Amino acid sequence: MSASIISIFIVAIFIENFVLNQILGLCPFIGVSNKIDSAVGMGLAVTFVMVMAGVATWSIQAFLLVPLKLEYLQTISFILVIASLVQFVEMVIRKTAPALYQSLGVFLPLITTNCAVLGVALLNIKKNYGLVESAVNSFGGGLGFFFALIIMAGIRERLDVSEIPEAMRGAPIAFVTAGLLATAFMGFSGLV
Amino acid sequence: MNKLTELTKGIWKENPIFVISLGICPTLAVTSSMTNALGMGIAATFVLMGSNLFISLIRNLVPGKIRIPVYIMIIATFVTIIDKMIAAFSPALSSSLGIFIPLIVVNCIILGRAEAYASKNGPVDSLLDAIGMGIGFTIALSCLAFFRELLGEGKLYGFPIPFFKADPALIMIMAPGGFVVFGLLIALKRFMEAKGATK
Repeated sequence: MSASIISIFIVAIFIENFVLNQILGLCPFIGVSNKIDSAVGMGLAVTFVMVMAGVATWSIQAFLLVPLKLEYLQTISFILVIASLVQFVEMVIRKTAPALYQSLGVFLPLITTNCAVLGVALLNIKKNYGLVESAVNSFGGGLGFFFALIIMAGIRERLDVSEIPEAMRGAPIAFVTAGLLATAFMGFSGLV
Repeated sequence: MNKLTELTKGIWKENPIFVISLGICPTLAVTSSMTNALGMGIAATFVLMGSNLFISLIRNLVPGKIRIPVYIMIIATFVTIIDKMIAAFSPALSSSLGIFIPLIVVNCIILGRAEAYASKNGPVDSLLDAIGMGIGFTIALSCLAFFRELLGEGKLYGFPIPFFKADPALIMIMAPGGFVVFGLLIALKRFMEAKGATK
């Protein structure tokens, strides 16, 4: 049991990395990876929301939708839960930890439309994970997103000062770099 | 003439993928084959038409403060409809697109058009805008899928192409190929525009 939990965790971070392998959550990945500081903030906020959302949506599915045979409402209820969760987290952080809010606040509203969050919720259900496994998978997925974002931000800070052909500047070179990074991450596929 | 512009602007001038860079997650994930790209394009166009039309009809009834949640609920309803329809009529497509059909809900193109266009314009214009944006999205997906399926599998729509069939580069249909092809295509579009501007 514990071995499978660890393997879910490792797989979620490295092998099925949300950004580089499953191609989820690209908008913030490209949009917020200009500076390392904001990448750290965004990565932490996403990890936090992903774990909360993973647990909340799993509970909704198991205790509400399945017993009442309302599985077809999955998409609608999940997005509603995630949106309210993000709103709630924002309010709690603003009240209890103003310093954290200062650094995370601007990223929180963006997370509702981050497809990695809804993606992890749907994948947990699709893979028939239990509550603990869902939480671990969400946490691993969030950490994977965090790592990918920080690596990317580090590379892009250096790309800014290099000579790049006019047409490739900005988004195009970022995508090509992400492609190379994804190739590197494919090397992890034999890990587990 | 004016109506025609509403329809055509989404196809090239304001193409949602290449110009506004919205909705790139599904773009890269489902473009490993032309069939998937077309399926995704049609599904997104359907959702876009439904949501744009409805949001435009109720735009004066919804209070400004809660408009985003209301829009998301409307979009999610149409996504559920298309999700169940694809699962019923084309199970193969449904399983190859997987979670990317429910993920249309968080596709920024759809909420983006609802907020930027349908909430300010009449139903007819909004519907035309949706069709144009949908076609633009489908064309952009097909562009990417064309290169990826041709180079990665040596096929187009599942039919083998003689010269490319011999030695396909498998990496093109995996995640890295998607990133690289997309980056190069944006660069190409910018390059062509820069050339056009200097002439």
